[in-house]
Amino acid sequence: MAESPDWTSCLIRIRDDRDETAFVALFRHFAPRVKAFLMRSGADAALAEEVAQEVMATVWHKAAQFDPARASVATWIFTIARNRKIDALRKQARPEPEDLPWGPEPDPDQADAVGLQQEMDHLGQALAELPDKQRELIEKAYFGELTHREIADATGLPLGTIKSRIRLALDRLRHAMDGRAR
Amino acid sequence: MTKITHHLTEDLLMGYSAGTLPEAVNLIVATHISLCDACRASLDAYDAVGGVLLERHSHEVSEACLAGALDMIRKGETSATPAPRRGCDLVPAPLADYVGKGLSDVKWRPVGMGVKQAILETSPEATARLLYIPAGTAVPDHSHNGLELTLVLQGAFEDAEGRFARGDIEIADDDLEHMPVADISQDCICLAVTDAPLRFKGLLPRLAQPFLKI
Repeated sequence: MAESPDWTSCLIRIRDDRDETAFVALFRHFAPRVKAFLMRSGADAALAEEVAQEVMATVWHKAAQFDPARASVATWIFTIARNRKIDALRKQARPEPEDLPWGPEPDPDQADAVGLQQEMDHLGQALAELPDKQRELIEKAYFGELTHREIADATGLPLGTIKSRIRLALDRLRHAMDGRAR
Repeated sequence: MTKITHHLTEDLLMGYSAGTLPEAVNLIVATHISLCDACRASLDAYDAVGGVLLERHSHEVSEACLAGALDMIRKGETSATPAPRRGCDLVPAPLADYVGKGLSDVKWRPVGMGVKQAILETSPEATARLLYIPAGTAVPDHSHNGLELTLVLQGAFEDAEGRFARGDIEIADDDLEHMPVADISQDCICLAVTDAPLRFKGLLPRLAQPFLKI
Protein backbone atom coordinates (compact mmCIF):
# COMPACT_ATOMS: atom_id res chain seq x y z
CA MET A 1 0.00 0.00 0.00
CA ALA A 2 1.22 3.48 -0.80
CA GLU A 3 2.54 5.53 2.08
CA SER A 4 -0.43 7.86 2.12
CA PRO A 5 -3.36 6.11 0.45
CA ASP A 6 -5.82 8.34 -1.30
CA TRP A 7 -8.80 7.95 0.99
CA THR A 8 -10.60 10.81 -0.72
CA SER A 9 -10.93 8.99 -4.04
CA CYS A 10 -11.76 5.82 -2.11
CA LEU A 11 -14.67 7.59 -0.41
CA ILE A 12 -15.75 9.14 -3.70
CA ARG A 13 -15.94 5.63 -5.21
CA ILE A 14 -18.17 4.71 -2.28
CA ARG A 15 -20.25 7.83 -2.78
CA ASP A 16 -20.67 7.67 -6.55
CA ASP A 17 -20.31 3.97 -7.43
CA ARG A 18 -21.41 2.34 -4.14
CA ASP A 19 -18.16 0.38 -4.43
CA GLU A 20 -18.00 -2.33 -1.72
CA THR A 21 -14.33 -3.08 -2.37
CA ALA A 22 -13.54 0.53 -1.62
CA PHE A 23 -15.66 0.28 1.54
CA VAL A 24 -13.73 -2.77 2.74
CA ALA A 25 -10.41 -0.94 2.23
CA LEU A 26 -11.72 2.10 4.09
CA PHE A 27 -13.09 -0.11 6.86
CA ARG A 28 -9.80 -1.96 7.34
CA HIS A 29 -8.00 1.32 7.83
CA PHE A 30 -10.49 3.39 9.81
CA ALA A 31 -12.57 0.94 11.88
CA PRO A 32 -9.57 0.01 14.12
CA ARG A 33 -8.86 3.73 14.57
CA VAL A 34 -12.43 4.56 15.49
CA LYS A 35 -12.37 1.60 17.92
CA ALA A 36 -9.17 2.88 19.55
CA PHE A 37 -10.69 6.37 19.81
CA LEU A 38 -13.78 4.98 21.58
CA MET A 39 -11.70 2.87 23.94
CA ARG A 40 -9.54 5.82 24.91
CA SER A 41 -12.74 7.69 25.71
CA GLY A 42 -13.78 4.99 28.17
CA ALA A 43 -15.76 2.44 26.12
CA ASP A 44 -14.97 -1.24 26.66
CA ALA A 45 -13.72 -3.24 23.66
CA ALA A 46 -17.12 -4.72 22.81
CA LEU A 47 -18.96 -1.39 22.84
CA ALA A 48 -16.09 0.31 20.98
CA GLU A 49 -16.28 -2.30 18.23
CA GLU A 50 -20.06 -2.02 17.99
CA VAL A 51 -19.86 1.76 17.68
CA ALA A 52 -17.00 1.52 15.15
CA GLN A 53 -19.22 -0.74 13.04
CA GLU A 54 -22.08 1.76 13.18
CA VAL A 55 -19.77 4.65 12.36
CA MET A 56 -18.43 2.88 9.27
CA ALA A 57 -21.97 1.98 8.13
CA THR A 58 -22.88 5.66 8.60
CA VAL A 59 -19.93 6.61 6.37
CA TRP A 60 -21.49 4.46 3.63
CA HIS A 61 -24.99 5.82 4.11
CA LYS A 62 -24.00 9.46 4.42
CA ALA A 63 -21.28 9.41 1.77
CA ALA A 64 -23.28 11.90 -0.33
CA GLN A 65 -22.71 14.52 2.39
CA PHE A 66 -18.92 14.21 2.26
CA ASP A 67 -17.36 17.40 0.91
CA PRO A 68 -13.69 16.81 0.01
CA ALA A 69 -13.11 20.55 -0.33
CA ARG A 70 -14.01 21.09 3.33
CA ALA A 71 -12.73 18.08 5.25
CA SER A 72 -10.34 15.18 4.79
CA VAL A 73 -11.76 11.67 5.10
CA ALA A 74 -10.08 11.26 8.51
CA THR A 75 -11.60 14.54 9.74
CA TRP A 76 -15.04 13.63 8.45
CA ILE A 77 -14.94 10.19 10.07
CA PHE A 78 -13.66 11.78 13.29
CA THR A 79 -16.72 14.05 13.45
CA ILE A 80 -19.09 11.10 12.87
CA ALA A 81 -17.30 9.03 15.52
CA ARG A 82 -17.31 11.91 18.00
CA ASN A 83 -21.05 12.43 17.60
CA ARG A 84 -21.74 8.70 18.00
CA LYS A 85 -19.51 8.70 21.08
CA ILE A 86 -21.58 11.43 22.76
CA ASP A 87 -24.74 9.56 21.88
CA ALA A 88 -23.49 6.09 22.97
CA LEU A 89 -21.38 6.97 26.02
CA ARG A 90 -23.11 10.03 27.41
CA LYS A 91 -26.65 9.41 26.11
CA GLN A 92 -26.90 13.04 25.07
CA ALA A 93 -28.05 14.82 21.98
CA ARG A 94 -25.36 16.69 20.06
CA PRO A 95 -26.50 20.09 18.78
CA GLU A 96 -24.80 20.67 15.41
CA PRO A 97 -24.42 24.00 13.59
CA GLU A 98 -26.90 24.70 10.86
CA ASP A 99 -25.83 23.73 7.36
CA LEU A 100 -24.06 26.23 5.20
CA PRO A 101 -26.33 27.76 2.57
CA TRP A 102 -24.41 25.81 -0.03
CA GLY A 103 -24.03 22.02 0.14
CA PRO A 104 -21.10 19.94 -1.11
CA GLU A 105 -20.09 20.96 -4.63
CA PRO A 106 -21.19 18.24 -7.03
CA ASP A 107 -17.87 18.51 -8.83
CA PRO A 108 -15.37 20.12 -6.46
CA ASP A 109 -12.11 21.57 -7.59
CA GLN A 110 -9.55 18.77 -7.35
CA ALA A 111 -6.94 21.33 -6.29
CA ASP A 112 -8.97 22.13 -3.16
CA ALA A 113 -9.06 18.50 -2.07
CA VAL A 114 -5.38 18.00 -2.83
CA GLY A 115 -4.47 21.20 -0.97
CA LEU A 116 -6.53 20.10 2.00
CA GLN A 117 -4.85 16.70 2.05
CA GLN A 118 -1.41 18.35 1.97
CA GLU A 119 -2.48 20.53 4.86
CA MET A 120 -3.53 17.42 6.79
CA ASP A 121 -0.17 15.78 6.07
CA HIS A 122 1.59 18.89 7.41
CA LEU A 123 -0.63 18.88 10.46
CA GLY A 124 0.07 15.19 11.11
CA GLN A 125 3.80 15.82 10.78
CA ALA A 126 3.65 18.86 13.06
CA LEU A 127 1.79 16.81 15.63
CA ALA A 128 4.35 14.02 15.45
CA GLU A 129 7.11 16.56 15.97
CA LEU A 130 5.57 18.14 19.07
CA PRO A 131 7.33 17.45 22.36
CA ASP A 132 5.76 14.30 23.86
CA LYS A 133 4.26 16.16 26.80
CA GLN A 134 2.43 18.64 24.60
CA ARG A 135 1.15 15.98 22.24
CA GLU A 136 -0.10 13.88 25.12
CA LEU A 137 -2.04 16.82 26.53
CA ILE A 138 -3.74 17.44 23.22
CA GLU A 139 -4.58 13.75 22.89
CA LYS A 140 -5.99 13.69 26.41
CA ALA A 141 -8.11 16.75 25.72
CA TYR A 142 -9.52 15.19 22.53
CA PHE A 143 -9.86 11.56 23.46
CA GLY A 144 -10.24 11.38 27.18
CA GLU A 145 -13.48 12.47 28.73
CA LEU A 146 -11.23 14.82 30.63
CA THR A 147 -11.71 18.49 31.22
CA HIS A 148 -8.65 20.69 31.56
CA ARG A 149 -9.20 20.61 35.31
CA GLU A 150 -9.25 16.82 35.39
CA ILE A 151 -6.10 16.70 33.28
CA ALA A 152 -4.52 19.03 35.83
CA ASP A 153 -5.49 16.65 38.63
CA ALA A 154 -4.25 13.61 36.71
CA THR A 155 -0.91 15.08 35.72
CA GLY A 156 -0.28 17.10 38.85
CA LEU A 157 0.29 20.20 36.75
CA PRO A 158 -1.50 23.43 37.66
CA LEU A 159 -4.46 24.33 35.47
CA GLY A 160 -2.77 27.43 34.08
CA THR A 161 0.20 25.35 32.91
CA ILE A 162 -2.08 22.86 31.18
CA LYS A 163 -3.95 25.59 29.39
CA SER A 164 -0.81 27.39 28.28
CA ARG A 165 0.80 24.12 27.12
CA ILE A 166 -2.25 23.23 25.09
CA ARG A 167 -2.30 26.73 23.67
CA LEU A 168 1.40 26.51 22.85
CA ALA A 169 0.92 23.16 21.15
CA LEU A 170 -2.00 24.51 19.12
CA ASP A 171 0.03 27.59 18.18
CA ARG A 172 2.78 25.35 16.88
CA LEU A 173 0.29 23.34 14.88
CA ARG A 174 -1.25 26.50 13.52
CA HIS A 175 2.16 27.80 12.62
CA ALA A 176 2.93 24.58 10.79
CA MET A 177 -0.28 24.93 8.81
CA ASP A 178 0.29 28.59 8.10
CA GLY A 179 -0.44 30.03 4.72
CA ARG A 180 -3.58 28.37 3.48
CA ALA A 181 -5.80 28.23 6.53
CA ARG A 182 -7.14 31.79 6.48
CA MET B 1 -26.66 41.30 9.57
CA THR B 2 -24.33 43.31 11.77
CA LYS B 3 -20.79 42.14 12.12
CA ILE B 4 -20.09 39.75 14.98
CA THR B 5 -17.41 41.12 17.28
CA HIS B 6 -17.56 38.79 20.30
CA HIS B 7 -16.50 35.23 19.53
CA LEU B 8 -16.00 31.81 21.11
CA THR B 9 -12.80 31.12 23.07
CA GLU B 10 -10.25 28.52 21.99
CA ASP B 11 -11.24 26.40 25.02
CA LEU B 12 -14.85 26.27 23.89
CA LEU B 13 -14.02 25.56 20.25
CA MET B 14 -11.66 22.77 21.20
CA GLY B 15 -14.07 21.28 23.75
CA TYR B 16 -16.87 21.37 21.19
CA SER B 17 -14.69 19.68 18.59
CA ALA B 18 -13.48 17.07 21.08
CA GLY B 19 -17.05 16.45 22.27
CA THR B 20 -16.30 16.97 25.96
CA LEU B 21 -18.71 19.82 26.76
CA PRO B 22 -22.13 19.48 28.45
CA GLU B 23 -25.13 19.45 26.12
CA ALA B 24 -26.24 22.99 27.03
CA VAL B 25 -22.78 24.36 26.21
CA ASN B 26 -22.71 22.42 22.93
CA LEU B 27 -26.06 24.03 22.14
CA ILE B 28 -24.85 27.61 22.56
CA VAL B 29 -21.60 26.88 20.69
CA ALA B 30 -23.51 25.32 17.77
CA THR B 31 -25.94 28.25 17.74
CA HIS B 32 -23.12 30.81 17.64
CA ILE B 33 -21.30 28.91 14.88
CA SER B 34 -24.51 28.88 12.85
CA LEU B 35 -24.29 32.69 12.85
CA CYS B 36 -20.51 33.16 12.73
CA ASP B 37 -18.38 32.14 9.73
CA ALA B 38 -15.11 32.96 11.52
CA CYS B 39 -15.80 30.53 14.35
CA ARG B 40 -17.04 27.94 11.87
CA ALA B 41 -13.68 28.13 10.11
CA SER B 42 -11.84 27.79 13.44
CA LEU B 43 -13.96 24.77 14.29
CA ASP B 44 -13.00 23.15 10.97
CA ALA B 45 -9.35 23.53 12.03
CA TYR B 46 -10.01 21.88 15.40
CA ASP B 47 -11.89 19.05 13.69
CA ALA B 48 -8.84 18.63 11.43
CA VAL B 49 -6.69 18.14 14.54
CA GLY B 50 -9.19 15.46 15.61
CA GLY B 51 -8.82 13.79 12.21
CA VAL B 52 -5.04 13.74 12.51
CA LEU B 53 -5.22 12.37 16.07
CA LEU B 54 -7.64 9.67 14.92
CA GLU B 55 -4.96 8.40 12.53
CA ARG B 56 -2.40 7.88 15.28
CA HIS B 57 -3.81 4.92 17.22
CA SER B 58 -5.61 1.76 16.23
CA HIS B 59 -7.02 -1.27 17.95
CA GLU B 60 -7.63 -4.55 16.14
CA VAL B 61 -11.17 -5.14 14.93
CA SER B 62 -12.67 -8.63 14.43
CA GLU B 63 -13.62 -9.99 11.01
CA ALA B 64 -17.16 -10.38 12.37
CA CYS B 65 -17.25 -6.62 12.77
CA LEU B 66 -16.50 -6.12 9.07
CA ALA B 67 -19.04 -8.78 8.11
CA GLY B 68 -21.64 -7.02 10.25
CA ALA B 69 -20.84 -3.66 8.68
CA LEU B 70 -21.21 -5.13 5.16
CA ASP B 71 -24.53 -6.55 6.27
CA MET B 72 -25.62 -3.14 7.48
CA ILE B 73 -24.67 -1.34 4.28
CA ARG B 74 -26.41 -3.94 2.10
CA LYS B 75 -29.58 -3.91 4.15
CA GLY B 76 -29.82 -0.27 5.06
CA GLU B 77 -31.62 2.21 2.93
CA THR B 78 -29.26 4.76 1.55
CA SER B 79 -30.97 7.91 2.60
CA ALA B 80 -31.14 10.69 0.08
CA THR B 81 -29.21 13.77 1.09
CA PRO B 82 -31.46 15.44 3.65
CA ALA B 83 -32.61 18.97 3.02
CA PRO B 84 -30.16 21.44 4.57
CA ARG B 85 -31.08 22.29 8.15
CA ARG B 86 -32.12 25.92 8.37
CA GLY B 87 -33.34 28.05 11.20
CA CYS B 88 -36.22 30.46 11.02
CA ASP B 89 -37.57 33.53 12.78
CA LEU B 90 -34.24 34.47 14.42
CA VAL B 91 -33.75 30.92 15.72
CA PRO B 92 -30.81 29.02 14.14
CA ALA B 93 -31.42 25.32 13.41
CA PRO B 94 -29.67 23.78 16.46
CA LEU B 95 -31.67 25.98 18.81
CA ALA B 96 -34.90 25.35 16.90
CA ASP B 97 -34.56 21.67 17.90
CA TYR B 98 -34.97 22.83 21.52
CA VAL B 99 -37.50 25.68 21.29
CA GLY B 100 -39.71 24.69 18.37
CA LYS B 101 -40.28 26.65 15.22
CA GLY B 102 -39.83 30.20 16.36
CA LEU B 103 -39.68 32.57 19.28
CA SER B 104 -43.47 32.86 19.20
CA ASP B 105 -43.66 29.24 20.42
CA VAL B 106 -41.62 29.91 23.57
CA LYS B 107 -43.46 29.52 26.89
CA TRP B 108 -42.05 32.43 28.86
CA ARG B 109 -42.17 32.69 32.64
CA PRO B 110 -41.80 36.07 34.32
CA VAL B 111 -38.81 36.47 36.66
CA GLY B 112 -39.50 40.07 37.69
CA MET B 113 -38.98 43.58 36.32
CA GLY B 114 -40.43 42.50 33.01
CA VAL B 115 -37.64 39.97 32.44
CA LYS B 116 -38.88 36.56 31.31
CA GLN B 117 -37.16 33.24 30.89
CA ALA B 118 -37.72 29.79 29.46
CA ILE B 119 -35.52 26.90 30.58
CA LEU B 120 -34.62 24.46 27.81
CA GLU B 121 -34.38 20.74 28.37
CA THR B 122 -30.78 19.51 28.32
CA SER B 123 -28.56 17.21 30.38
CA PRO B 124 -28.13 18.51 33.95
CA GLU B 125 -24.39 19.48 34.09
CA ALA B 126 -25.26 22.90 32.66
CA THR B 127 -28.48 24.83 32.16
CA ALA B 128 -29.66 26.57 28.98
CA ARG B 129 -32.37 29.22 29.10
CA LEU B 130 -33.83 31.86 26.85
CA LEU B 131 -33.94 35.30 28.43
CA TYR B 132 -36.31 38.05 27.37
CA ILE B 133 -35.19 41.49 28.53
CA PRO B 134 -37.53 44.40 27.71
CA ALA B 135 -35.89 47.33 25.91
CA GLY B 136 -34.01 49.57 28.29
CA THR B 137 -34.19 47.12 31.24
CA ALA B 138 -31.19 46.32 33.44
CA VAL B 139 -30.72 42.75 34.67
CA PRO B 140 -29.76 42.78 38.38
CA ASP B 141 -26.07 42.95 39.15
CA HIS B 142 -24.81 39.41 39.52
CA SER B 143 -21.62 37.40 39.51
CA HIS B 144 -21.04 33.72 38.88
CA ASN B 145 -19.92 30.61 40.64
CA GLY B 146 -18.99 29.18 37.28
CA LEU B 147 -19.28 29.98 33.64
CA GLU B 148 -22.04 32.08 32.10
CA LEU B 149 -22.36 32.27 28.33
CA THR B 150 -24.81 34.71 26.76
CA LEU B 151 -25.62 34.76 23.04
CA VAL B 152 -27.79 37.54 21.63
CA LEU B 153 -30.57 36.46 19.26
CA GLN B 154 -32.49 39.74 19.00
CA GLY B 155 -31.78 43.31 20.06
CA ALA B 156 -28.62 44.10 21.98
CA PHE B 157 -27.30 44.65 25.48
CA GLU B 158 -24.43 46.52 26.93
CA ASP B 159 -22.33 46.00 30.05
CA ALA B 160 -18.81 46.77 31.27
CA GLU B 161 -17.42 44.35 28.66
CA GLY B 162 -18.95 46.18 25.71
CA ARG B 163 -21.96 46.03 23.44
CA PHE B 164 -23.39 42.69 22.35
CA ALA B 165 -25.74 42.37 19.37
CA ARG B 166 -27.18 39.44 17.39
CA GLY B 167 -24.64 36.63 17.11
CA ASP B 168 -22.29 38.07 19.73
CA ILE B 169 -21.46 35.81 22.67
CA GLU B 170 -20.35 37.03 26.08
CA ILE B 171 -18.20 34.66 28.10
CA ALA B 172 -18.28 35.52 31.81
CA ASP B 173 -16.43 33.53 34.43
CA ASP B 174 -16.19 33.66 38.22
CA ASP B 175 -14.63 37.11 38.31
CA LEU B 176 -17.03 39.13 36.25
CA GLU B 177 -19.71 41.08 38.05
CA HIS B 178 -21.94 42.69 35.53
CA MET B 179 -25.26 44.39 35.00
CA PRO B 180 -26.34 43.95 31.40
CA VAL B 181 -28.67 46.67 30.13
CA ALA B 182 -30.84 46.01 27.07
CA ASP B 183 -30.77 48.55 24.23
CA ILE B 184 -33.63 51.01 24.33
CA SER B 185 -34.60 50.42 20.70
CA GLN B 186 -35.74 46.79 20.89
CA ASP B 187 -36.52 44.03 23.41
CA CYS B 188 -33.49 41.80 23.80
CA ILE B 189 -33.68 38.00 23.53
CA CYS B 190 -30.67 35.90 24.51
CA LEU B 191 -29.70 32.29 24.89
CA ALA B 192 -27.87 31.98 28.23
CA VAL B 193 -25.97 28.96 29.55
CA THR B 194 -24.68 28.56 33.09
CA ASP B 195 -22.81 25.68 34.67
CA ALA B 196 -23.51 26.87 38.24
CA PRO B 197 -26.18 29.04 39.85
CA LEU B 198 -25.80 32.81 39.44
CA ARG B 199 -25.16 34.87 42.58
CA PHE B 200 -27.19 38.03 42.76
CA LYS B 201 -25.83 40.82 44.92
CA GLY B 202 -29.05 42.30 46.23
CA LEU B 203 -30.93 40.50 49.01
CA LEU B 204 -34.25 40.31 47.23
CA PRO B 205 -33.08 38.71 44.02
CA ARG B 206 -31.04 36.29 46.12
CA LEU B 207 -34.08 35.25 48.11
CA ALA B 208 -36.03 34.76 44.91
CA GLN B 209 -33.23 32.77 43.30
CA PRO B 210 -34.26 29.25 44.41
CA PHE B 211 -37.75 29.84 43.05
CA LEU B 212 -36.59 31.18 39.74
CA LYS B 213 -34.23 28.27 39.16
CA ILE B 214 -31.65 30.84 38.04
